[in-house]
This record gives sequence, structure tokens and C-alpha cells, in this order.
Amino acid sequence: MTVQLEAHIPSGPLAQKWGKHRFEMKLVSPANKRKHTIIVVGSGLAGGAAAATMSELGYNVKCFCFQDSPRRAHSIAAQGGINAAKNYQNDGDSIYRLFYDTLKGGDFRSREANVYRLAELSGNIIDQCVAQGVPFAREYGGLLSNRSFGGAQVSRTFYARGQTGQQLLLGAYQALERQIARGGVTMYPRTEMLDLVVIDGKARGIVVRDLVTGAIESHAGEAVVLATGGYANVFHLSTNAQGSNATAIWRAYKRGAAFANPCFTQIHPTCIPVSGEYQSKLTLMSESLRNDGRVWVSKEPGDKRDPRQIPENERDYYLERKYPSFGNLAPRDIASRAAKEVCDEGRGVGESGLGVYLDFADTIKRLGRDVIKERYGNLFEMYERITDEDPYEVPMRIYPAAHYTMGGLWVDYNLMSNVDGLHVTGEANFSDHGANRLGASALMQGLADGYFIIPNTIGHYLVSNKLEKVDASHAAFKAAEAEVAERTNRFLSIKGKRTVASFHRELGKIMWHYCGMSRNDAGLRTALKKIPELREEFWRDVNVPGSDVELNQALEKAGRVADFLELGELICLDALHRTESCGGHFREESQTADGEALRDDENFAYVAAWQYAGEGRSPVLNKEPLVFENVKLSQRSYK
Amino acid sequence: MNLTLHVWRQAGPRAPGKMVVYKAGDISPDMSFLEMLDVVNEGLTLRGEVPIAFDHDCREGICGMCSLMINGIAHGPMKGTATCQLHMRSFKDGDTIYIEPWRAGAFPVIKDLAVDRSALDRIIQAGGFITAATGGAQDANAVLVPKESVDGAMDAAACIGCGACVAACPNASASLFTAAKITHLGLLPQGQPERYRRALEMVDQMDLENFGSCTLHGECQEACPKEISIDTITRMNRDFIRGRLIGTRP
Repeated sequence: MTVQLEAHIPSGPLAQKWGKHRFEMKLVSPANKRKHTIIVVGSGLAGGAAAATMSELGYNVKCFCFQDSPRRAHSIAAQGGINAAKNYQNDGDSIYRLFYDTLKGGDFRSREANVYRLAELSGNIIDQCVAQGVPFAREYGGLLSNRSFGGAQVSRTFYARGQTGQQLLLGAYQALERQIARGGVTMYPRTEMLDLVVIDGKARGIVVRDLVTGAIESHAGEAVVLATGGYANVFHLSTNAQGSNATAIWRAYKRGAAFANPCFTQIHPTCIPVSGEYQSKLTLMSESLRNDGRVWVSKEPGDKRDPRQIPENERDYYLERKYPSFGNLAPRDIASRAAKEVCDEGRGVGESGLGVYLDFADTIKRLGRDVIKERYGNLFEMYERITDEDPYEVPMRIYPAAHYTMGGLWVDYNLMSNVDGLHVTGEANFSDHGANRLGASALMQGLADGYFIIPNTIGHYLVSNKLEKVDASHAAFKAAEAEVAERTNRFLSIKGKRTVASFHRELGKIMWHYCGMSRNDAGLRTALKKIPELREEFWRDVNVPGSDVELNQALEKAGRVADFLELGELICLDALHRTESCGGHFREESQTADGEALRDDENFAYVAAWQYAGEGRSPVLNKEPLVFENVKLSQRSYK
Repeated sequence: MNLTLHVWRQAGPRAPGKMVVYKAGDISPDMSFLEMLDVVNEGLTLRGEVPIAFDHDCREGICGMCSLMINGIAHGPMKGTATCQLHMRSFKDGDTIYIEPWRAGAFPVIKDLAVDRSALDRIIQAGGFITAATGGAQDANAVLVPKESVDGAMDAAACIGCGACVAACPNASASLFTAAKITHLGLLPQGQPERYRRALEMVDQMDLENFGSCTLHGECQEACPKEISIDTITRMNRDFIRGRLIGTRP
């Protein structure tokens, strides 16, 4: 049984689709908006912006986050910036160019119409954020400043030092707090969604656990918006926050929502290398550093000299050598694979040999230490705190790490999944980045979805559907609550010999090794054997201490890791079926003569949307063909 | 490294708490402070004891969730650093380390080292925003903002809302937190229409939440992981007094 995946892309010319669609969508009368309760899960850019904006429109919003405050959502950690096709620099940028760059950056595995809309809204986002008081960097004359970023040859990235995500999130958070005070939004912090409730084929609410008291409660509404972020923590070591998890989208998947392109995961090229087994996370060094830093390793394998002692002619600036036109600004997937390649050749740096240099010496000579400090001061300090090395003096050591997930729940043009009423925004959906996301595009997508798209499309859904009155006493809620309680008790009653963290670490190693920067048939098959075995061991031998009626962080983590143990398998299955290489998904069997990703447009120009088929059964693969009416598919080249 | 930890354990908001001693062995100086606690918690779990609850999330010094009093210093001995970015190389083999939660009447303990900081959200609710509903914003370059203004605003806007300023203050005042937001928004042209109203309402809310008053000890600025200056408090006081004496019209 396959589901019907109708993307509902409006007809007409690309540039007019969104405008036309906005006119054609039905409106909810102002007096009726407050009668509708909308549940928003997640309070980052996509969720916080959506909750605030829908409340401004008059809807009754309930917003949930697992952190102690909505201000802590992981959008806050984005460093480098946000793209917008403002063309303030007069360097040839346009909406069409941003659209094209994003589509090409995603290796032609996203929808033209969605990506165009994103580019179209990018300028409004900057306007909105400035109005809220986001302190974007400015020139002395008072105009906004821009920087360039990986995968683009124009300067279209707006930034607030190295804390752009923080400032954008605080803008959305402050708008949200204003609505909380006004009574339009009820905020539920320290509350985690553990199930989705679907009644008569429509998403009508969620079951949550109050993380402080342990109480399991239901919340009913007319529509549900999941803005719960990505699943890069399936790799254990990633740049995501410790709490970032896939539970909300995974529960929705098990209730019928299709999961699209799970194998499209992004490995970010500039992170601080791993230093030991105890490590809990990897820290990103903003990609903007590649504007002024030069990436290199020694030409000789096993060169253990102090980098400052290696003469210029014995260094290999491999990105500049291989990609002369983009150089150090090659897209993330390409830069990551190039780093892996030189390390595989034994030319990696640092104790583990898993690292490359990112060197600022030339730029410091050219522009002076003060300019570099002004641009990257906080990043340099962060690097020094973690590694105990001074990057003004010694080149930084960087290595790729799991960072972002392009895959996510399948959504149509209205950001609604195949389950009616279940909407998915931001990183949690799959829609805009194809097989690889360009830098400074995640913030753009989160805010486009949250401020401008979902507040419009949700009204159309509410008016177009007859929604019976449902409250949390409905049998479907009671049944879901009972399932959640049963699962919680199961975690606590196993009392085995291994900690949750040890399972997470082991899963992460399997994923990184067999389904990381490069993948092959044999490796994926090995992972597909190992993951179910590990999962079986988890359910037999995990030790979750404490009780269910208190703050119990081990219990929270157990639920998240249990879901990662299932999701990891789906990721590998998707990676195995997609025998082409594209973007972040590199299949060793499919490469060009010089080792670049080789797409197979004839057989794989589609979205792979997996549908849950029940316990112990293989998921069903649905295909949404990708139709390109405006751009010609080309082999991506950054040379 | 081998360390002796004295950790505040408290089962719940109303349960009595006490310091409990733990040994932390085989600690690498390259570990972060929270990774050290992870190792201790793994050991407790395997011994059948309840692990230590502590708040944390991004572990890169930006989300503001981590909140530990380490040897009596909010976020520990390294200046301008949140607990999650503090590394064990800041300690010596054999050290004894005291770990406590933020202590303030406005921050009740939830469990062990985790506290309730929702009072800070309510201060923002009172006025820590610029009223600008989505839609209808003019072009971002329509209003010129001098670089000096935006740089000053950014210095204050860097606040991560962790509450270290409150924990460090002998009066448990939230003045630095409140003043940072008032300064961020008050330095920008967009923030002018609500500038004095904002100061009055945020300061009133701070008082309602049972935070103490500022007597300019300056401990907050020392503890702040983002090194926000107490100059912001001067600005808050000025806007507050101006608003109270002359009125909230800019």
C-alpha cells in the first residue's frame, strides 16, 4: 500500500506561483481565528516564528519545547549568517540567482517551486528581523554589511558577528514572549512530545511528558505544526545540541507521515576534530572562516612537523588546487569529502591524523590581526578554549562532523505532510535543500517557513476541512497516553548493564563508519545487520535509573536513543536504495573519473518518501518525481 | 586526573538538599567540565545510583542552559566562559571541587543542580521586545544605523540568559540581564518608540519576581560568560528614571 504524494504545486510561471497561490488560498475570518487551537512543537526559528506570527493573526497557539525556555532552541547556535537576495552589494545577485544557487547546491534533488519561494521571501526576512531589532553588522555609513559564503560567488549573507542564529532566534523569541504575555500563546517549556494523535485521518493533537513532574498529558487542536529540527544526533557526535532529537518526527512517521530522503545528511567541513572517547559533541567553526582562511595539508604523508615550519612549496592547498574558481568556498559536501580524501591518503594533521589546517596567516599579514579579530574574534576564542591552541599563531585544525539533515518528513507546497493537518517546518521537513544545504540557508528556511509560509497555508487548511470538535478526553488520546506510559515503564523496568549513552555511542560509530561521508553497498548492508542487533540489545540490557515521576534526564535520553536506533536503520535503507551519488550522499560506486559525485537523473530524480508499514515489516517506498521546468540539470561543477 | 567532587543533591523542589562527596577518577584535562560530569554519571548509573541532574544543551556556550556554581564562582574559574566551555585543564590533579546550583530566591531548585529560571522569560514578556508584528516591515536599509550603535547593541544582545549574573550577585539581582536587553533595544532607532516604557515595565517585573536590587557590587560583570558590562545598568537606570519622572513618550 503506497500513499498518494500530491505536492500541490501551483500552476503558472515560477515567479508567480506563490503570489497566485496566496490569492487562491481561502482565508479564516478574523473573528473565527481565535476559535482554532494550533499546536506548535519546537520553539526555534521555524517554531518560534510560526507560533508568534499565528498568534499575531489571532489564532490560539500552544507551543512546546523540551528546554527550560524557548530561547534555548538549537537555532541559537548557528554562527555564520543568513542569505537574502537583496543585491545590496550590486554584485549581480537576484532572486533567480539565489534560487539557482540553492537548487544547484542541493544537487537538483529539491523542488523548483519550493526553492524559488524561499529565495523570493528571503528579502522579507531581513526586513522583518531588522524591524525587530536584530543587530546585523553594518558599515560605517549605516548600511547593512554582507559577507560571502560557501557555494556562492556573490556576497548575500547577512550576519551578526558569529552569532547570527542567536540574534535571529532572540528576535523570534521576543516576538513570542510578547504574544505569551498577550495571552495568544500558551508556552509549555520542559515538555516533550512523545506521540502524535490522528483521528479520522487528521492530526488532532499530541501526547507530551512534563519533564519536571513526569506527568503524561494530551493536548488537542485543529492542526499540529512540528518544528522540531533535525536528526544529526543519530551520529552521536554531531554539532547539534545534546537534546536535539528525532522523537517528534519519528513518532509522526509511525503514525503514518512519510519520511523523505532520510539519507540526505550533511557533514560540515569545519569542525574542531575529535579529541577522545568521552567526547559528547563536536563544535562547529563557522563556515564563514573559509572566506579568509586557507585550507591545506602537507604534500607528504605522515608529515609531523610544526605547521609553521612547513615551507610554502611543500603545502597542498587542495581546495584551491582542485576547485580554482570556488577555492576554499567550495560547498560543504565537496569540502568535507576532500578533507576525508587527504586524510585517507595519510596526510591528515593532529594526533589522530583526522584533521586539516585552516590557516589565517596570509590574511592576518594582508589585513592585520585587528580585522580578523573583528570578523571572527569570538570563534577564535572558542577554538582556543577547546583546544588550548591560539589560532592567531598556529593554524586551526578542522575536520568534518555531522551537522544538518536535509531529509525529514515529507511535506507538500503548503508544508503539510501526507497526514492531514500535520504540518512540518524548518529542518524537520525535507523540502528545500535537496541533497545538500548551502551555508546560511538553514536560518533562511526556518524563518521563511515560520514567519511567512505556515501562517498563510494553515488558514487554508482550517477553512477547507470540516473539523469535528475533539478534546483530550477522546479515546484516541487515552490510547496514545497508555502507549506512552507503557513505553516509559518498559525503559525503567529493563534494569540491564549498559547505559543509554553507551548505546548511543555505538550507534553513532556504526552510522559514521558505514553511512557517513561516503557509503557503499557492502558497508550499508553491514550497518543494516548491526543496527537491529544493537537495538535488540538495547531493549534487553539498557539501564535507565530513577523513576518516571521526576526530572529524569536518563529516561528522556533513553526515549530519544530508542528512536535513533530505528531511524538509523531507515537512513541506511534509503542510502542503500539510492545507488547514485548526489550532494551529501556519496555512493562510492557512482563517481566521475576525478572522484566527484555522479548523479543518475534518469533513475533517481525523485524524492524517496518512506512509509511505516508496521513493526517488523519493511517500510514502503513512495516516489515523488522531481520535475524541472526552469533549470537544466547539469553536473555540478565548482572548478 | 583524580578529583574529589562535593555536589549538591536535592531530590525535588521541596526535598531538603545536601552536599554529597564523589570521586572522579581517570579524568582527561581535555574533557569539558560537563563531560567530566557525564563520566561521573555513567559510573553512578552502573552502580545503581541516581545520576546527578544538571541543565545543559548546546555545549558550545551559546544556549545559556548550563548553570553551575563551581567553587563558589558562577560558571567556574575561567573568565568569559560558560560551564560547558570550561575544560578540566583549568583544574589540577587532586583538586577538590564544590558544585552547586544557582542560588537565588527567584530561581527555585527543580532537582540537584537544575533550577527554574522562568522569571527571566517573564521579564522579557514585560517589555523586552520591539513591537513589530510579522509583515509590513520597510526595507532593511531604509533606516541607517550607525556602526557604533549597532556594535554597542550587539555587545549587549550577546546575553545568553543563563542567569549567572543573578547567581553571582550578593543581592540576587537580575539587573545585568534586564539592562542588557534594555541597552540592546534602546541603542537602535527601531527601539526608540518603546524605550522608556520598556525600561519601566521590565524593571517593575524584575521587582515582582523577587530579584534583589542592584547595589553596584559588579560581581555580575565578572561572572558573565559574555562579559557584558555594568555600563548597561547605568543606561537602564537612566531610562527608568527618565520614564518615571518625565513620562514614557520618547
